[in-house]
Amino acid sequence: MIKVTFIEHGGTPHTIDIPEGMSLMQAAVNHNIPGIDADCGGSMTCGTCRVCIPLDAQGIAGEQSSLEQQMLEFSGLGGGGIRLSCQLIAKAEFNGMQLQIPEAQP
Amino acid sequence: MNQQNREHVVVIGAGHGGGLTVAFLRQYGFAGDITLIGDETVLPYQRPPLSKAWLKGEVTQESLALRPPAFYLEQKIDLHLGVRAERIDVDAGHVVLASGQEIPYDHLVLATGAHARTLPIPGVHFTNVMTLRTLVDAEHIRGALGPGKKLVIIGGGYVGLECAATARALGAEVTVLERAPRLLERVASAPVSAFLQRFHENQGVAFRLNAGIEAILGNTQAESVLLSDGTELSCDAVLVGVGAMPTASMAQAIGLRCDDGILVDADCHSSDPHIFAIGDVAKRPHPLYDRVLRLESVPSCMEQAKRVAACITGREPAAAEVPWFWSDQYDLKLQIAGLPFAVDETVVRGNPDEAKFAVFHLSTGKVVTVEAINAPPEFFAGKKLIASGKPVPREKLADTTIPLNELAA
Repeated sequence: MIKVTFIEHGGTPHTIDIPEGMSLMQAAVNHNIPGIDADCGGSMTCGTCRVCIPLDAQGIAGEQSSLEQQMLEFSGLGGGGIRLSCQLIAKAEFNGMQLQIPEAQP
Repeated sequence: MNQQNREHVVVIGAGHGGGLTVAFLRQYGFAGDITLIGDETVLPYQRPPLSKAWLKGEVTQESLALRPPAFYLEQKIDLHLGVRAERIDVDAGHVVLASGQEIPYDHLVLATGAHARTLPIPGVHFTNVMTLRTLVDAEHIRGALGPGKKLVIIGGGYVGLECAATARALGAEVTVLERAPRLLERVASAPVSAFLQRFHENQGVAFRLNAGIEAILGNTQAESVLLSDGTELSCDAVLVGVGAMPTASMAQAIGLRCDDGILVDADCHSSDPHIFAIGDVAKRPHPLYDRVLRLESVPSCMEQAKRVAACITGREPAAAEVPWFWSDQYDLKLQIAGLPFAVDETVVRGNPDEAKFAVFHLSTGKVVTVEAINAPPEFFAGKKLIASGKPVPREKLADTTIPLNELAA
């Protein structure tokens, strides 16, 4: 199991165990973590599962597909590190990762 | 109303609406009892993949579930699945199940959705004439698809077009019959209809527009579809996708105000103060528009589920969302935001020939609807412009050298 912490915009942390191979979005939703909506159920259409990854973890998160890049192009949040959590698939290297949930999803 | 003096929320309908309502109730801190009743035997699941990834065999049934089984146990949500709610006893304040069991409520949420509209023509009873609302329907359709199978699809709306794309991916021959002069007449603009029709035709789908349908003919199974102009199209199966009707019979039986759905206020209250209605069954004044609407849209359903949960837990409601919809056909991603009321001009950004463009619809200089095909940045920019109501000159919308961030700022 991989331990990941989601931090709500207001600061409340939620540390959960995620099985390898599950998307971080699905794990967040399964634990009813506020702020990750996932309207489209992981089909990269809604953009409501966005998270911020700290700079030092961005390399671990892996490459964005061209579609994810397009989905985030207009994210309006500025800076790097914004990812769609439906595209982040839990692996051992994610253990201990801390993710910030943005104030609002589009 | 109940022995333990804990508030009890009962939700009838375990689709997207019901499934999300119970989740948001707990997320927003509701500590009372929650009961979810649904007549399908499976946990709440996502319906959109039924015409797409699931139908193509790309995802499992398990992966469709909105939440895993453990969620309902952990969140203390009582489930009655594969169970029909028979009626509501408003005076006694309980729901009566088909078994006779009574479930008391303090708040009742009707999330009964919609059912497929059928055609009033001979032959719709054949078992290979199908509609698509549920997993069981989708399993049925999947069995009818395969290389060389002839599928006639009645209805050129989203269900029809998504299934056409999937059927082609599975090697079936597809003809789509549409009553109107163009596809998606009720839900998309002419440039988008034209683009999608061309795209589908390039994938081998045949279309008949302005098609009147007389009957579905066959012996023990549907074998052909007879059109009003006398053409007879042979088929192995027929899919009817001509819209959906709100499932409001229980509400009507207790006298709740209904008119093409259960009428509710902005908080999703029906005409009974203890009963909410959400999703495909509910007709609600949309906060951004000056009219009541029954929106068949997953994001709208989610917004309403949140609204009900906020109402019950005393939380401040979230800001109104711009309604939006999506459709995936082949590798095309269609995203639509807004509703096209009082449109007086249309602007295309990008190149339809490259299958990457957006159509903006304006009313008095402001974007009210955007239809984006393989253009997520345009979709999100359009959605932001619709919400802000910021006027945008049409030449700038059409000019792809002007960044969207700048236009929508």
